Amino acid sequence: MKEQLRLTQVQNMKRVRVVRIEGGWGARQRLNRVGIHEGDEIFIKRSGIMGGPLLVRIHGSDIALGRGIAHKVVVEEKEE
Amino acid sequence: MVPRSGKSIGRKSTLDYHRRHPKIVLIGQPNCGKSTLFNEVAGYRSISANFPGATVTYTQSHVRILGNIFDLIDLPGVYSLTSFDEADRETQRYLLSEDIDVIINVVDSSLLSRSLELTLQLMDLEIPMVMCLNMVDEAERKGIKIDIESLSEKLGISVVPTVASKGRGVTELFEVVFKTAQSRKIGRHIRMSRDVELVVAQLTRHLKQTIKDGIDFSYHLLATKLLEKDQFFENVIKDTHPEIMDRVYEFQQQLALSHGRSSDQVIDAERHSLSMSIFEDVVKIVKNPHLHWKERIDNVLMHNLWGYMFLVLFLFIFFNLIFRVGSIIEAPMMELFNRIVNSIQAHLGTASLLSTIISGAVQGIGGGVAIVLPYLLPFLFGLALLEDIGYLPRVAFLMDAFMHRIGLHGKAVIPAVLGYGCNVPAVLATRILESPRDRFIASLISTMVPCAARMTVILGLVGYYLGGSVALIIYFTNIVVIAITGRVVSRMMPEVTPGMAIEIPAYQLPQLRVILMKTWLRIKDFIIIAWPLLIIGSIVLSIVEHYNFSQLLNQIISPVTTLLGLPRKVGLTLIFGVFRKELSMLMLFQAMGTNEILTVMSKGQILVFTTFIVYYVPCVATIGVLAKQIGWKSTWIVVVFMFILALVIGMITRGLSILIW
Repeated sequence: MKEQLRLTQVQNMKRVRVVRIEGGWGARQRLNRVGIHEGDEIFIKRSGIMGGPLLVRIHGSDIALGRGIAHKVVVEEKEE
Repeated sequence: MVPRSGKSIGRKSTLDYHRRHPKIVLIGQPNCGKSTLFNEVAGYRSISANFPGATVTYTQSHVRILGNIFDLIDLPGVYSLTSFDEADRETQRYLLSEDIDVIINVVDSSLLSRSLELTLQLMDLEIPMVMCLNMVDEAERKGIKIDIESLSEKLGISVVPTVASKGRGVTELFEVVFKTAQSRKIGRHIRMSRDVELVVAQLTRHLKQTIKDGIDFSYHLLATKLLEKDQFFENVIKDTHPEIMDRVYEFQQQLALSHGRSSDQVIDAERHSLSMSIFEDVVKIVKNPHLHWKERIDNVLMHNLWGYMFLVLFLFIFFNLIFRVGSIIEAPMMELFNRIVNSIQAHLGTASLLSTIISGAVQGIGGGVAIVLPYLLPFLFGLALLEDIGYLPRVAFLMDAFMHRIGLHGKAVIPAVLGYGCNVPAVLATRILESPRDRFIASLISTMVPCAARMTVILGLVGYYLGGSVALIIYFTNIVVIAITGRVVSRMMPEVTPGMAIEIPAYQLPQLRVILMKTWLRIKDFIIIAWPLLIIGSIVLSIVEHYNFSQLLNQIISPVTTLLGLPRKVGLTLIFGVFRKELSMLMLFQAMGTNEILTVMSKGQILVFTTFIVYYVPCVATIGVLAKQIGWKSTWIVVVFMFILALVIGMITRGLSILIW
């Protein structure tokens, strides 16, 4: 089994797959509506300094995710 | 109608009688080019209207294409039919309650997979629908090729490719829309997995049997949304048929048990896999996307160092331009209105009450014009330009970490920045935040931001008598005070902010029409809410002067003026600053009987006076929208808090100024 990480722990320019989304109904819905679902592939483009948000690419669009909500996304790295 | 507080569920039918034109609704995810399409076809007589009782606006226009006339409505962009903020909720309510002939689902072609999730939900409304596959040129450039016929076949609706910004495909789109309005063709019912669809069908049947008076939208949609635990639909049922909810919970349980996760996750996963499978069937990626110049820009503008450098640079240029433009226009305008007042007084005499009232009203009108034209208009125009290009979401990204420190998240930066123009649209803009707590803190913070009216005081008194650098210090201290306030208040309300999940759209060339429309919408907030109060305030003020109440008022407020070490005569100007902040300065000249304030007040007193004006109490218009947005109780908390804050800061400034001068 591949190692599971939080989205906030992934390095920039890495490609990962969403394993599950933790947190309640609200967090899930908020992520779903911008296109983040279980099983989806996410590419981490950059992360802001001093606890700033992550910029990720998903299904062709760029999404800014605050650390708090990004922490709820559990992912595993994709082999190249 | 779908109830606001809720008694019955049903579609508005009164319109049918006298309606002549098909009602067409544009709906799509944010940044899909919906408004561009609207502006491409809308006549100059398009109107923006508020949803009843809400601050969310939609735009409406009569459109004539190939001899056919439509009523075209542009609803706010939504990601899904599950609502989070006020705009979502109003859009949802509109779709469910209005009598719509055709829905145009506008889709950004490069984001088809995500957009299909909304499309599938819209199809559940069982309203005739056409898909507008917008920005196909951009998608092709990215190497995304969509098989339009196959997509249309799968969804069972017409699909029309367009490039709205260049007007391509728009006529064809409306031709298809007109045909659909006649054929009333609705999309194919796209089924989820058998076992899930079975539960949905059971719940649908149960709802049909138990809701006696009937609903006017699809039961299938209602059942799906109830399984999704959508609060809007749950509330509709709780309000009208509370007895059904127990059964609904049972169905939710049933689905959760059979799939090992909650029912909303099951429905979401089903919809997602449907979207993905349609997407994969109809889309071919013909080449690898290469790094486009638009993304190269972001490597600088969202960079951890350069991003902030450019942000500061842009803000500096932005505010500088506004100050310069404003001060050029303001002086001659004030003079014009002074001349009008003088000539009124020359004709009617200064003694009569009528003359007092009229000149008060004219001063109120003039005060409004002198803020709106020179400062507010260029500010809002510039902001709309930055918004249209797509820079504001980047600012939200850059400022997220800072905003977290004051208990909010990046999106809250938008109302705060708007506050520099006018606090009224700023408070209204807090509705983009999801939680009531965030809206409260953001409202408080936005009201503390010195608006254009307070800017005229800062520049006219401190800037003029003490120099521009001192004025800059006031602005800087203001940011620090706001940061501390935000931090303290968010500690007192220790709820975790839901956090930011926003789309950073691709940059686009600004479109004048869209910018003008946005500017107008915000100016309108000032004109209809703030300006009338400004005028009334001026009239009241003139009457007070007319009957010589000023002595009494100065007496009442003397504790404040004494604490701040200000001349007693200043008291009245502070009271009337509540009506119009910039009035405090104009009145100061009047109360002191001179335009050379330095002869009657010390530098320290000028500074104390100005700092107090910046913080003390929101103006009447802002109090009005605050009450509407966060309720009267919270509004009073804000007012009292700001008054105490202003006193404390005023006294500190007094102490410091004694040390300096």
